[in-house]
Amino acid sequence: MTQLSTLEKLAILADAAKYDASCASSGTTRRDSRSGKGIGSTEGMGICHAYAPDGRCISLLKVLLTNHCIFDCHYCINRKSSNVRRARFSPQEVADLTMTFYRRNYIEGLFLSSGIIKSSSHTMELLIETARILREEHEFRGYIHLKTIPEADPDLVRRAGLHADRVSINVELPTVAGLTRLAPDKSAPRIEGAMDLMAGAIVEGRDARRRFRHAPRYAPAGQSTQMIVGADAASDADIITRSSGLYGRFGLRRVYYSAFSPIPDASAVLPLKRPPLLREHRLYQSDWLMRFYGYGLDDVRAATGPGGMLPLDIDPKLAFALKFRDRFPVDVNRAPREALLRVPGLGVRAVAAILSARRQRRLDLADLARLTVSLTKVRPFIIAADWRPVVLADRADLRAVVAPRRGEQLELFA
Amino acid sequence: MTGTIARVTMAIGAPDDFDGWRDGARRLIQAGVAPDRVGWSVPGQAARDLFAGDDPPAPRADAPPVRASRDFLDLAGRAALHRDPGRFDLLYRVLWRLQAVPRLMADRADPDVRAIDALARAVRRDMHKMRAFVRFRVVETGQGEHYVAWFEPMHHILRANAGFFVRRFAAMRWSILTPQGAVHWDGAALHEGPPASRTDCPAGDPAEALWRTYYASIFNPARLKIDAMVKEMPRRYWKNLPEADLIPELIASAQAREAAMIALGGDNAGRPPATLAALDEAVAACRRCAIGCNGTRAVPGKGPPDARLMIVGEQPGDHEEQAGHPFVGPAGHVLRQHADAIGLNLAVARLTNAVRHFKHVSQGKQRLHQTPTAREIDTCRWWLDAERALIRPRVIVALGASAARAILGRTIGVQQERGRLIALDDGARLVITSHPAHQLRLGEAARADEAARFAADLALAARG
Repeated sequence: MTQLSTLEKLAILADAAKYDASCASSGTTRRDSRSGKGIGSTEGMGICHAYAPDGRCISLLKVLLTNHCIFDCHYCINRKSSNVRRARFSPQEVADLTMTFYRRNYIEGLFLSSGIIKSSSHTMELLIETARILREEHEFRGYIHLKTIPEADPDLVRRAGLHADRVSINVELPTVAGLTRLAPDKSAPRIEGAMDLMAGAIVEGRDARRRFRHAPRYAPAGQSTQMIVGADAASDADIITRSSGLYGRFGLRRVYYSAFSPIPDASAVLPLKRPPLLREHRLYQSDWLMRFYGYGLDDVRAATGPGGMLPLDIDPKLAFALKFRDRFPVDVNRAPREALLRVPGLGVRAVAAILSARRQRRLDLADLARLTVSLTKVRPFIIAADWRPVVLADRADLRAVVAPRRGEQLELFA
Repeated sequence: MTGTIARVTMAIGAPDDFDGWRDGARRLIQAGVAPDRVGWSVPGQAARDLFAGDDPPAPRADAPPVRASRDFLDLAGRAALHRDPGRFDLLYRVLWRLQAVPRLMADRADPDVRAIDALARAVRRDMHKMRAFVRFRVVETGQGEHYVAWFEPMHHILRANAGFFVRRFAAMRWSILTPQGAVHWDGAALHEGPPASRTDCPAGDPAEALWRTYYASIFNPARLKIDAMVKEMPRRYWKNLPEADLIPELIASAQAREAAMIALGGDNAGRPPATLAALDEAVAACRRCAIGCNGTRAVPGKGPPDARLMIVGEQPGDHEEQAGHPFVGPAGHVLRQHADAIGLNLAVARLTNAVRHFKHVSQGKQRLHQTPTAREIDTCRWWLDAERALIRPRVIVALGASAARAILGRTIGVQQERGRLIALDDGARLVITSHPAHQLRLGEAARADEAARFAADLALAARG
């Protein structure tokens, strides 16, 4: 085998990493290197240094340490039976590459994952070693996201959080049946066991910081996970239920959804075509509704249509409003925050602005036009000083009136 | 207010001099000068009206202190950096109104408040984009590495944003050059420089080749969302991003690549050949997968057309491809030894393969075997099905996982499934065992063990 250059290895190992959706660099503690020692900073808000034509943000250097793998998961391009070119970075090489990119302001930090070589624990040690080199030898203060390998030794899983801002373990598929079929080497109880362990370590770390000022920070940006949408038969309702359970049990910061995309050299167990990208988008929207809009799991499930699928032509919030029309119209001058958040077309910012402005005076439609993006969308569902929808909420064709025309939907959460 | 002065012009030191504006505005409010009588002049930009105004009046001694809420100052500090020439007029108008309506800023539906908010948000976004899109290039100087970037901000944000780069890159020496001015960090202090031009910045950096490779590789061609990209990375930034000139080509090739991936897995069309001769001829011309297109010749099955036993291997190897017959290489030799040992006559069996062409990678003069992918096996399965339909064997032996997949249509674990008869839909029975080539790769002890299991499997098939 000829020696691959760094350039070739990067091409192979970045290509192999692109199926991980997350590239977030937000939500960690504030750090800087003003002291002149070390390099890097994090200021709470993540920065996307570039965008690829797939619409995804490039915030971190997202690579695999190696795409050699002893596992054979059907949906994965790096499974052992796949014929992709293989390559391998040493921890030192990845650390150096991270520094090269970081100094030129290309990235916020590193998102490191790996195929499993030798054993899960051995691989986990290499991941941790990379993070250690960055933190201890380069005094790197930027963002590090480590993918954790659930099958590795619990002690190693725990150590990952000492260097990383965020750790993640992928649940991979929304149902246990899907996991058994498509990822025969993985086990759902193991994955959840590792997530549980991590959740415990994060709580412990936070607790220690409260009591001892110098206790080390432990994964300050928490843990996240990812599941693949459209590779198995799970419905949107199944998926939402699963995420809601994960958020609740393990205190996750984010559940990422990755629409299954056809991979070169695919296993024939997989569907050939991808699910509509819009499906992924609708799932993110429902996720948002639960995390920021006060919707319960049952509310979002109620928005699903036949077969437990969210409608693709309208967003889940609108679907919910059309189903429960008796809850509308909502009076923008009186209704509590929770009720306003359920109005299609009113976002968290608009609701905050309404609450603040209505303390000064009664709001009319002209005011709302200034506070919202689309008055047309909001109007059927609200009462304002000079407006009351008389028949609109009962109209049978309301869906047609308020549904966006094709192509109008913006990508807000991708 | 009963002002006696017709018009007033206030001069501000620099386009982003918010403190200067604040001092001037405070004096004007205390002098009771109404917004419609004030013009603001900034270097490089005259006051809004063409008439030169009077000098600002002195504040009245009995004037109450000027009131400005915290949220106004936060927003105004940012809005002042906007390139909108009317920004200082707007800020003064709102400050004026705040004296009478202290809670004005809470009225987020007020048009003036909205306007300030919009300016502040545009500036915030521009600052954020600068933090994202500044790309440093390294030059070697006498004192070591110096990182230089050329950036074209939309608003007057350079000075306000320098702190971010100091906090992040304090240990480096760097410069950010813009058409409006420059900032330089020498590792200890920030210095300002005159407006620069793009040519003052180095033309490239060796790391950009790596970065461009990364950018092209991390892009997933199966999902194209150009609008989402352009919304967050507007085209006007592209000319200063080393990776951006890759975009048109990535987009153009993406759709073609995905279509090709799906087409590769598509169903085979047409009806299977009616005779073995027609089958062999058609296989030779098959180009339905990459292996079929690699220039090797197809190796058809061999053996009597009414064979009771069919033995399916993975694919022809180097020897087989040259000879044009299956199982004539080292693995075939192992198979024959075992058959002889149990008195099985291979001449009456049909020998064939899951895949008909030789998948390999060339290394020097050698052609090294490569395992076919699941998709390639599934594509070639159509030929095996046709062969099975013509021969109708009663027992099939699948040698290895590829052959088993070609019969069953799914991947199985050979070690779990071997050693028993499996009933197939067409009434034939299947024995799965390891590929004889496997024995060639094992150590002494393991080989004896494997040979025994293989012999047992083969004997089972001979009896079945």
